[in-house]
Amino acid sequence: MIPVPGETCQPRSTGVHIRVLSVASVTLDTAGRYPYGLRHTPCETFHTSEAVTLEPAPAHPAPGSVVLALEDVSKSFGAVAALRGARLELRAGEAHALVGENGAGKSTLVKILAGVHGPDSGRVLLDGAPVTLDNPAAARAAGIAVIYQEPTLFPDLSVAENIFMGRQPLTGGRRIDRRELAARCRALFERLGVTLDPDRPARGLSIADQQMIEIAKALSFDARVLVMDEPTAALSGVEVERLFTVARSLRSSGAAVLFISHRFDEVFDLCDRITVMRDGQWVSTDPATDLTVDQVVRRMVGREVASLFPKIDVEPGEVVLEVRGLTRVGVFADVSFDVRAGEIVALAGLVGAGRSEVVRAVFGVDAYDAGSVRVAGSQLRQGSPAAAMAAGLALVPEDRRQQGLVMELSVERNATLTRRWKLARFGLLSARSERATAADWTKRMQVKAGKLSDAVSTLSGGNQQKVVLAKWLSTDPRVLIVDEPTRGIDVGTKAEVHRLLSQLAADGMAVVMVSSELPEVLGMADRVLVMHEGRVVADIPRAQADEDSVMLAATGQAGRPAVAS
Amino acid sequence: MSSSTKAAAPAPVDVAPEHTGGRGAALVQRLVVVRELGILAALLLLIVATVIANPRFLSGQNLRDLLLSASILTVLAAGQTIVIVTRNVDLSVGSVLGLSAYASGTLLVNAPGTPVVLVILAGMAVGAACGLLNGAIVAIAKVPSLVVTLGTLYAFRGLDSLWASSSDRLQINAADLPTGFKSLAGARLLGVPLLFLIALAVVLLVGFYLRNYRSGRELYGIGSDPAAARLSGIPVGRRVLLAFVVNGALAGLAGVLYAARFQTLDATAGTGQELFVVAAAVVGGVAIFGGSGSVYGAALGALLLTTIGTSLPQLGLNPFWRDAAVGALILAAIALDRALSLRLARRLRGRNLRGA
Repeated sequence: MIPVPGETCQPRSTGVHIRVLSVASVTLDTAGRYPYGLRHTPCETFHTSEAVTLEPAPAHPAPGSVVLALEDVSKSFGAVAALRGARLELRAGEAHALVGENGAGKSTLVKILAGVHGPDSGRVLLDGAPVTLDNPAAARAAGIAVIYQEPTLFPDLSVAENIFMGRQPLTGGRRIDRRELAARCRALFERLGVTLDPDRPARGLSIADQQMIEIAKALSFDARVLVMDEPTAALSGVEVERLFTVARSLRSSGAAVLFISHRFDEVFDLCDRITVMRDGQWVSTDPATDLTVDQVVRRMVGREVASLFPKIDVEPGEVVLEVRGLTRVGVFADVSFDVRAGEIVALAGLVGAGRSEVVRAVFGVDAYDAGSVRVAGSQLRQGSPAAAMAAGLALVPEDRRQQGLVMELSVERNATLTRRWKLARFGLLSARSERATAADWTKRMQVKAGKLSDAVSTLSGGNQQKVVLAKWLSTDPRVLIVDEPTRGIDVGTKAEVHRLLSQLAADGMAVVMVSSELPEVLGMADRVLVMHEGRVVADIPRAQADEDSVMLAATGQAGRPAVAS
Repeated sequence: MSSSTKAAAPAPVDVAPEHTGGRGAALVQRLVVVRELGILAALLLLIVATVIANPRFLSGQNLRDLLLSASILTVLAAGQTIVIVTRNVDLSVGSVLGLSAYASGTLLVNAPGTPVVLVILAGMAVGAACGLLNGAIVAIAKVPSLVVTLGTLYAFRGLDSLWASSSDRLQINAADLPTGFKSLAGARLLGVPLLFLIALAVVLLVGFYLRNYRSGRELYGIGSDPAAARLSGIPVGRRVLLAFVVNGALAGLAGVLYAARFQTLDATAGTGQELFVVAAAVVGGVAIFGGSGSVYGAALGALLLTTIGTSLPQLGLNPFWRDAAVGALILAAIALDRALSLRLARRLRGRNLRGA
């Protein structure tokens, strides 16, 4: 019997309710199965070659066949174990969330799926058969499309070429068909509801537009597995909705969607099942309907949240750092704020909001076009990190490998780089004084290193970060600026860094912390300054700061910009 | 400086960010056109100045000589462009040219009846082998191309010297070469020197390839962002290897053209050409960090550098000024690129900010 659209039925084999959307003339394949995308609906009650378009009834997702699975996968980078026996199972027609703290191993897992890294041990199964995804092209050939957290575009090439790189439509002579290229690109954009010129170069696009290009790229693959690694971090509400529409339509056409996000409302809105990871290990996989946000958070953290953010309450003292009307044309505009002694001020916002650029300008690494910076009442000369250091500023940069450390030099050399003039006698550095200072600081910071003469590159990320902190703290700064202080370091070290920052503030240091991790911002800051598209749009005291207020401001949905005082 | 660029920019305040794509593209299109037009304008300016000083500069013979002298550099610049767009550089081309020139000379001395086409293919094969070695070290051993080709610059030259000194003749002279081959240098088609037509064909072919084929676009992608290229599944190593092999083959071709034109071959042929070639590409707007620039620009750069060499004496200047002039041109080209990219970044960014 042929079902009627709108009817709900329950095929015997699965026991799952399905809703019939429309009746179509689809021919069953030779094995008597429905063609791709409908395979999760083995409705043997319909004894007919007239197949149907079926969709699982919303409340009861039909279990599809497993498209992609990771079994007991481990991966180490040097001494750091990023994954230890991770597992994951993606079914056709499901949206699957992967959640965990930063450093839990989610991005490493994504890179294994994308063919960027090979696992040290464990198996990757595609349709139940082991596969080796040893390069991105292999992953792509297997039907896996990945949208990364940070767009990976070719700035010099056009938007259309970025989307279709390596898959450009060709004419007879294997030449690129530029007209067809632009047409396909426009068609994709139409589906996504964006209006970008296919011929403009990717350079200079906003992060959100860049992310839409990544989405268009993934969409153009007709992927069987779509992996989205925190794609919404830089998107506004409308764009997120657009992305979800695409994800849902892919899912209902039978693709598996893996969604990685820190925003739980999105996770519960989109996803059917949730896998939690912690410290590189699999914790649990459950249907979203069986979980609450609290449960998920508890599983992610695996301990009391309070112990991660040991904030000490401090009565703030004098204003130490005064920033007024700081502007760098096209990057940030009219940024003003004060930081008092003993205060931790967080600069929050989305990637690309201009936070790092502001602190770099304050420290004198980058120039600014207008405004002023005062430290303890006296004007700071612009463009001079040396002057900033002399005035008592210290900057722990965002990218410790590139900007914070000389990776090939020893731990002791790195730890004393900022103090080499103070340690020198008659212009000569003595190895003994270097060693003594470094030993003192590494002990105070509890740096776990083999020997102090070992290259700093042999240390784990967390210990490297401690060396960077030691390097700057040894200059005895009045204002410590830390940019993403705990990015990519493990939970234990993270808590140590937080404890240290809190202690420093309690001892009277003014701390400016740029952080993309909302829990860190909320857990550590006395005040939260939120930036959006180069402007400070909100100044929220600790008591009023919560996920909603910060995220609303960061995505530009708060009201008028609040002027900081 | 900043105020002048700001004043020059049309006010895009009322433009919503999503609709700026068309304008951005048009803007860039204009800059690209201007970029190549700029070199052309400099070239024309130089020619006009020289003609005023010496009206005979425009004579047919003089122009033919100019094109003839430019053709070898143009072939080299076309090859170098392929390598530079991938964010690499090949400093060994001068030595490869020397090796190929000596090899084709030796071939003709030992087998004077060899058809010209075969000589060309042999020279290109020698060059491609050198390019294969460069490319393999760069792509497989992941050593920076600057270092690798600096090494092979000396290695290939040493090989050339060793070969020349161990054979019975240190120098191959015009008298040793068959007339059929020597006539290449003077051959013309419709009054245009044949060697220049060969160079022109190379430029057009390379330009066509880079623009219209997937692998050609992938070379730009690799130079634009190597990490993104890897993530998009571009076989980065294979493409870079290909770039070096093609560049080597073109340096080999340049070696054969060199043999035909100068007809006196020893182990020093092409010494010092490598930096001149890179200069031609950079002056022609090929970004030294890869990802942008066209082979047409590089060819115009080669023509401009050659013209400077011949026109300075006509302007009454000591030809020793040539190097200084080339240096000034490189600095001007880099300054122009920097100014353009800063201005572009400023405008595109400013637009995003205002649009928000």
